[in-house]
Amino acid sequence: MNTKTTLRITYREALKHGLREALINDDMVFLMGEDVGRYGGAFAVSKGFLEEFGEDRIMDVPLSESGFVGAGIGAALGGMRPIVEVMTVNFSLLALDQIINNASTLLHMSGGQINVPVVIRMNSGIGNQLAAQHSHSWEPFYAHVPGLKVVSVGTHEDARGMLLTALESPDPVIIFEYTSLLNMESEIPLDSGAMDIDKAKVRREGKDVSIITYGPGVYKALAAAEELNLSGIDAEVVDLRVLNPIDNETILTSVAKTHRVLIVEEAWRSVSISSEIISRIMEHAFFDLDAPVQRLCGVEVPIPYPKHLEDASIPQKEDIVNSILNMVQYD
Amino acid sequence: MIEFKMPSLGADMEDGTLVEWRVKSGEAVKRGDIIADVDTQKGLIEIEVFEEGTVDRLVVKEGEKVPVGTVMATIIPIGALESSRKESVQVKAVSEVKQKAKTQITTEPAKQPLKEGSIVSHKHLKISPLAKRMAVEKGIDLTTIKGSGPEGSIVKKDIELAAKTKEESHMEASEEKKEIASRGIRDAIAMAMSRSNREIPHFYLETRIDISKALEWLKETNKERELKDRLLSVVLLIKATARAIKEVPVVNAYWENGLQLKDVINIGFAVSLRKGGVVIPAIHDADQKSPAELMTLLKDLIPRARALKLRSSELSESTITLTNVGEGNVDKVFGVIYPPQVAIIGFGNIVEEAWAENGAISARPVIHVTLAADHRAIDGYLAGRFLTALKHHLQNPETL
Repeated sequence: MNTKTTLRITYREALKHGLREALINDDMVFLMGEDVGRYGGAFAVSKGFLEEFGEDRIMDVPLSESGFVGAGIGAALGGMRPIVEVMTVNFSLLALDQIINNASTLLHMSGGQINVPVVIRMNSGIGNQLAAQHSHSWEPFYAHVPGLKVVSVGTHEDARGMLLTALESPDPVIIFEYTSLLNMESEIPLDSGAMDIDKAKVRREGKDVSIITYGPGVYKALAAAEELNLSGIDAEVVDLRVLNPIDNETILTSVAKTHRVLIVEEAWRSVSISSEIISRIMEHAFFDLDAPVQRLCGVEVPIPYPKHLEDASIPQKEDIVNSILNMVQYD
Repeated sequence: MIEFKMPSLGADMEDGTLVEWRVKSGEAVKRGDIIADVDTQKGLIEIEVFEEGTVDRLVVKEGEKVPVGTVMATIIPIGALESSRKESVQVKAVSEVKQKAKTQITTEPAKQPLKEGSIVSHKHLKISPLAKRMAVEKGIDLTTIKGSGPEGSIVKKDIELAAKTKEESHMEASEEKKEIASRGIRDAIAMAMSRSNREIPHFYLETRIDISKALEWLKETNKERELKDRLLSVVLLIKATARAIKEVPVVNAYWENGLQLKDVINIGFAVSLRKGGVVIPAIHDADQKSPAELMTLLKDLIPRARALKLRSSELSESTITLTNVGEGNVDKVFGVIYPPQVAIIGFGNIVEEAWAENGAISARPVIHVTLAADHRAIDGYLAGRFLTALKHHLQNPETL
């Protein structure tokens, strides 16, 4: 007898499952974006949806980010629950005005009368040889803006479940999904469903050092932690998940436990999510630290096209292992 | 504003380490209050304050070792209203004094070898915030720890190790501390006695005293007393000495830039320590205490002296010293004066001797009393008068 409780699934399929469930659950939910319909999505996440849900709910839009993101915001104001897919974060710069000046501010500008329940999904990250202009990590940009909830999908379960919760938010939510993870397989519980979008999560318990990360850093950190375990180093992995507002409690609890921190992120180093995390640790957990906080971030260069240089421009598993070995060498 | 300074607890004391403040800033103090514990060569001493007022600032930090005379705290005298301007001037002066004291220490490395930790260091100590917090919680002295972390910093592991060591050796440590203290006393005695013999032109007188009347009197009075209240002959020696001092006050003085007679009679009573060494706690106002009161006082004072738990006033305010060889076979002792005092009285053991009196010889209990005196301060005539007075009082115990 084989009662399977988990499902082996790719990150892409997990996203698709979540999206489909959202469309089934609520008629007011619709998907709009470039190539989401006839093409089946630039990353094939919405493949077959046009046939299943029809043109009204799976809407192809022109190549005009400012225009269709604005349309999505308008639909949200009109009572719909739009899911706007901006193909990649790189193009979202064209929609920044709509997102920052409309989506994030209207609640405030209207004196609380108008909220904007729009969900904007973007593919992000580095690692597919897309060269400098198409390899941006703009999480820090969006996390900077008050009024936006910003989440980062670093695991299959979150790929499956974060969208569902985001659609319940009365205010705009930006979801970062990662191109480099799309084909990656993992097990998720069969009954996997909606996941919270409030808290950071400890993905692996450990006592010697905390690796705080998000997005593609999560699986890299977990792999590094397993390798470190062979050397007797017990690393804890904290997945931030929510980049705005940041969940202090989970971070500080981990710091109080391990007393040493390595932050891993793909975005450029200066003025980044890691900068913010370090500040918060200094503000709230200074006397829990037994060593200076360390971080591994994207190298501050335009991300190169050649594979080996692209790999070298962001933190890899080996870098995490080496950094931690370096941090604990005095133990 | 009153400056409370590191007191000198004897000519041999150069510095002291503040172990603990017993008062807080803003606390009211009055004469005789113990305001701090200071570690000296003579053990852990409770330091008293002699003014009445409110503690203003605690200048010296716990654990800090400072020379005698360093301002440790400032006290606002009772009733005084300090203007803020005056106060800031005061504070500045205080910090200058402190600065001077620091410089003094740091520029005398030869006198302070290998004791970097006890000196206020201007160098920043590399220690992780966690380790620092833990050190405070566990009471670990950071200056004794060698860091094993990055760039030689002190990290959690080092504190844990130190805490473990501390716990394990807790019993040993207290023993060790006493040992070190008694070794310190050796040095202190060496310094004071060398100075005495170098600087003080001693001369010695001796007399024998028939002590039979005194012993008889003791026997009678003890009959009426509970066992625990019985008097020992030593209280009569002390009391008779105090009386004799009243008659010949020149022996009760300091020689510091000339002779300074003392108004109070605080007899330093030499107490030998079991591990070697001597401490000399003062019996304050000995002339005003009855033999019974002196007995009670000694019962408290001697055990505390042996445990090196004396108060600052007890260590610093003797005006003359009395040494008593006590029981045994030694019948005379010639002392070395404890500077800046000018005299030391030595009592030998009570022995039975042939005694000629009124043309007849009989056996009497006799005590040999010596006086070592500073010839800069005292001459033979007055020294002789002192011993004569002492003899007179010991032979009339009922008047003591």
